[in-house]
Amino acid sequence: MANIPHLLIHDRRDNVGVVVVEGLTAGTDMLCVVTEDNSERRATCNQDVPIGHKIALQDLAVGDTVIKYGEDIGRVVAPIRKGDHVHTHNLKTKRW
Amino acid sequence: MDLSNRTVWAYRRENGRVGVRNYVAILPLDDISNAACEAVAAHIQGTIALPHAYGRLQFGEDLELHFRTMIGTGANPNVAACIVIGIEPAWTEQVVAGIAKTGKPVAGFWIEGNGDIATVAAASRKAKEFVHLASEQVRVECPLGDVWVAAKCGESDTTTGLASCPTVGNMYDKLVPLGLYGCFGETSELTGAEHLAAARAATPEIREKFMRTWTAYQRDVIEAHKTSDLSDSQPTKGNIAGGLTTIEEKALGNLEKIGKKTRFIDVLEPAEAPQRGRGLYFMDTSSAAAECCTLQAAAGYVVHVFPTGQGNVIGNPIMPVIKISGNPRTVRVMSEHIDLDVSGVVRRELTIDQAGDRLIDCIVRTANGRYTCAEALGHREFVMTKLYRSA
Repeated sequence: MANIPHLLIHDRRDNVGVVVVEGLTAGTDMLCVVTEDNSERRATCNQDVPIGHKIALQDLAVGDTVIKYGEDIGRVVAPIRKGDHVHTHNLKTKRW
Repeated sequence: MDLSNRTVWAYRRENGRVGVRNYVAILPLDDISNAACEAVAAHIQGTIALPHAYGRLQFGEDLELHFRTMIGTGANPNVAACIVIGIEPAWTEQVVAGIAKTGKPVAGFWIEGNGDIATVAAASRKAKEFVHLASEQVRVECPLGDVWVAAKCGESDTTTGLASCPTVGNMYDKLVPLGLYGCFGETSELTGAEHLAAARAATPEIREKFMRTWTAYQRDVIEAHKTSDLSDSQPTKGNIAGGLTTIEEKALGNLEKIGKKTRFIDVLEPAEAPQRGRGLYFMDTSSAAAECCTLQAAAGYVVHVFPTGQGNVIGNPIMPVIKISGNPRTVRVMSEHIDLDVSGVVRRELTIDQAGDRLIDCIVRTANGRYTCAEALGHREFVMTKLYRSA
């Protein structure tokens, strides 16, 4: 079980990853895998985060762009620290 | 896996198309003919009624779409024979004539001047005749590449973009080169990935056609009617619960369905049958599951592959819908809806290449006759797309 990742990252350029285990708790030392090249890194999550939700891989300021799949998925609307849960409370669409 | 000689056991129809189911459909032209169609289907075993909400006082492009959907549904190779019942003869016969071009048995009945009871009696006699014809059809060996396979995802979450959509993309990358007809749609749900979708058009002309279609949807549907940034609808509440935050993020996951290298060769109107031969097509559709699947079935697709994250339960009355999920919680708590579990991808126990092979196996078994979860559970969502209010 030790090599099952907690967090998957699509692209090396991404500044967020996706939680792929259930019941992830604050303070967990996460195994993170970049799917494009299977490279591994470690990070710590700051909150309990549900499966499927995103975690920041670096500090982000209001107005910064969140990158996933190596692409723009929206703008930061509240300050984000590395390891924070990223969702509707701090990320908004740039469309519509 | 060598796929070039892979075959399925299916029905070869009068027009050469391959069907994987053998329905005698009882098709209402309009909403007020649903009761008669359901009465025939209740009376004659082996038939299926396709009730829906529309067909009266439509006009213009919306009426054309209604006819295209009606005719395309009756013409679908999964339908062996078709009864059409309408309130009046003129439009009923127009739909019958359209379906008859396939060469399959079809007959029309109308209620005005006859009443429901006499219409149901006459239609039941013909339906019984069709059931005898259909039940004597035998499956024959057909190339896998002759099975038209459409795709659409629903109740997506972040695992959709990691596992189930790339699984579909891997299948298309393997089967489209063998001659498969593929189809993806969901115009609004490509927003944020439209530049990447456009880049996958086969020619500059098709790329332009795609961007015109996408831009028109933004202008005429989204911008014309929106009251907010759509964050209560698109992403859906289910998408958000599953971790998707913005339409851009959702679109990038959605587009994984077309794989890494397959290019689309045309842009189809809703319910329009492909005209440019074998290959992948984009269809201008809503992103609502039942509407999109109904349009793809009306275009002639006979099997559907449906990635879901949070657990959309969609089915279609004439086209088997295969559910694929990579969310370990969903495959556990909604297992009766999931035909193919690819959650091994997020645990790094299963590669996308292996998942794609499993999906191809699942398509073959479904084409051979195995019921999908949605079929076993009786999901028959038949939902017409309506472009604007009736006259």
